[in-house]
Amino acid sequence: MTDNNNKRIRLEGVSKVWRDVPAVDQASFEVMPGEFVILLGPSGCGKSTTLRMIAGLERVSAGRIHIGEREVTSMPPGDRGISMVFQSYALFPHLNVADNIVFGLRSRKVPKPERQVRLDKVARLVGLENYLDRKPAQLSGGQRQRVALARAIISEHPICLMDEPLSNLDARLRGEMRREIKSLQQRLGMTVIYVTHDQVEAMSMGDRVILMQDGRIVQDGTPGDLYNHPATAFAASFIGSPAMNLVPLVASRDGAAIEGEPRCAIAPHRAAGCQLGIRPEDIHIEPAEAAGVPAEVLDEEYLGADTIIRLRVGKQELRARLPGVMSLSGERSCRLQWTPKAAHFFASEDGRRLDLQGYDFAAARGCDSREDEAQTSTAHDGNYPPGVNR
Amino acid sequence: MAKRTSDRRMQVYGALLLLPAAVLLGTFAYLPTVATLINSLFLPGFRGSPPEFVGLENYALLIEDRTFWKVARNNLIYALGTIPTAIALALGMALFVNGRLPGRGLVRMAYFTPTILPMIAAANIWMFFYAPQIGLFNNLLGALGVTGPNWLGDPSVALTSVIAMAVWKEAGFFMIFYLAALQSIPPELEEAANLEGTSRWSFFWRVTFPLLMPTTLFVLINALINAVRVVDHLFILTKGGPNNATNLLLYYVYENAFSFFDRTYAATITVIILLVLAVVATVKFTVLDRRTHYQ
Ligand SMILES: Nc1ncnc2c1ncn2[C@@H]1O[C@H](COP(=O)(O)OP(=O)(O)OP(=O)(O)O)[C@@H](O)[C@H]1O
Ligand SMILES: [Mg+2]
Repeated sequence: MTDNNNKRIRLEGVSKVWRDVPAVDQASFEVMPGEFVILLGPSGCGKSTTLRMIAGLERVSAGRIHIGEREVTSMPPGDRGISMVFQSYALFPHLNVADNIVFGLRSRKVPKPERQVRLDKVARLVGLENYLDRKPAQLSGGQRQRVALARAIISEHPICLMDEPLSNLDARLRGEMRREIKSLQQRLGMTVIYVTHDQVEAMSMGDRVILMQDGRIVQDGTPGDLYNHPATAFAASFIGSPAMNLVPLVASRDGAAIEGEPRCAIAPHRAAGCQLGIRPEDIHIEPAEAAGVPAEVLDEEYLGADTIIRLRVGKQELRARLPGVMSLSGERSCRLQWTPKAAHFFASEDGRRLDLQGYDFAAARGCDSREDEAQTSTAHDGNYPPGVNR
Repeated sequence: MAKRTSDRRMQVYGALLLLPAAVLLGTFAYLPTVATLINSLFLPGFRGSPPEFVGLENYALLIEDRTFWKVARNNLIYALGTIPTAIALALGMALFVNGRLPGRGLVRMAYFTPTILPMIAAANIWMFFYAPQIGLFNNLLGALGVTGPNWLGDPSVALTSVIAMAVWKEAGFFMIFYLAALQSIPPELEEAANLEGTSRWSFFWRVTFPLLMPTTLFVLINALINAVRVVDHLFILTKGGPNNATNLLLYYVYENAFSFFDRTYAATITVIILLVLAVVATVKFTVLDRRTHYQ
């Protein structure tokens, strides 16, 4: 257990200010031993800065950092027991792969025979045995990546920080390396903090995801939490591809309805003025005669495994994702359904998640039969009333 | 057939593009070199008589010439005195002004200033530093109660004084190259090393210095060439004296050509200088290049 102690990282109200502009604002979180934690967020939100403060490469403006039992806030990087994989790999261009990997061991005066043993082991682990004599310039991107990884592993530090290590690789290699890193981390029991702005990486690799926006932590939870219970409208729109649909709700006769489509109320009156969030994959498309929110198909985009359909509801555009080839050819008007659990509600001013329950309008057989008739008649006409269109 | 003619057309085209540079180089570099070489095989014709072909006689004279050997030795000492010091100083200054330093723009400017000054102007300034009675150095030493030497007049000190001035002049220039090279080294390299607790000293010798090697080589060659090529300061400071104590090869060439009017002997020394420089360049391109990491 004492061994595990130096694997825990705790941040308390850590901030970084660049000339009055906060890059990281009061970040507090804890990473447990052996955990794989993702720092996720859009460009410029302070992920790298947070990571560099943990590593000691950047001085904190406020707050404290603990590793295990020790407070390391003002400790030099070399004393923190951390290794790091840089986004640019930071390989020494004049040293060959072997010398690059054992660079840190030489700095720490590890005797040569032991260096050799550890080098052999690590080189086998990352599959670089045949490249040890090459210079970094003679390696492919993925191989360089592995050298950087090997250099981080060989030090046997309990904590490894990674700053977008896969961002320079092509999609196939990235998928491969994702799996390699993850399995390596599990085998070695390392604590990893991994920075990325790629949500796929975050969702597939992380035990936990910390989502940041403008230097603040927006949500800290498992990938499932982030997907199923986004804490804010930003979190909702950041996770998922295509992003969650966010549409404003307005008051209508029976409750809150999507702006421009007052015929079908989808949530209680309290939800009026809020934003409705609905994931594209949660939307079901039904024929025009069925119950649900009346909608009009704008176009469809076939992506192989599934099809993205762009829809117009009232004045809003929604996107739905349907498995396989969905041909709605000819079918211009339709109805949308979703389960009450799939509907998320966010306050319109700060995007905060609201604890509201949507109507189960699909089960309740139609929103309003009178409106149904209106819809059918327009469908017969082949012409939509301008009010619905715009 | 059509392809062959178009190939030939391309070749002519390429040759034409090379022509201006080739003509310039030919007239102003190779032609004078050949002329010098030919000149060195003659004795000057006196009173209008044509020069007389003497074969290698000039070279035989040169080997006998005590002054030539003294000047050559001076030049060697001058090179050994200026080059390592100037390079080390340049590297030190570059490392210093590359760091986070308040007012580093100003410091960089200050270090670079000697380079902007023409050699003649710089020599004039140092003339004032070195002046025996009213000079800055001797005044300072006098304040400490020490009688300073006659910096430029004493044969045992004069060459060192000239060397000191040359180092002052060159270090700032070389610093610029080092500074540029230092700034092209990604800062993550140092960060990666810091994470392993690498000391600054160790980082310098294991990473910075090897990565600066191409620059060092470039600077080294330039310094070597300058050690032979630049003698402007001698005109102001010592005129090669006292008793040839500060005379350098090129200045000796000048003396022979324009003071003693022995053009062909001057040509002979020039050929020797060219030979030495050619050897230096060959060593650079063959031996050192292979051991250097270029990015
Ligand atoms: N040295 C610096 N000086 C001034 N501002 C900086 C400095 N480094 C970063 N910043 C600012 O701090 C903010 C956070 O930067 P950071 O590098 O942490 O972003 P990031 O989340 O890693 O983004 P990315 O995904 O693009 O790498 C940015 O607005 C950036 O402009
Ligand atoms: Mg970054």
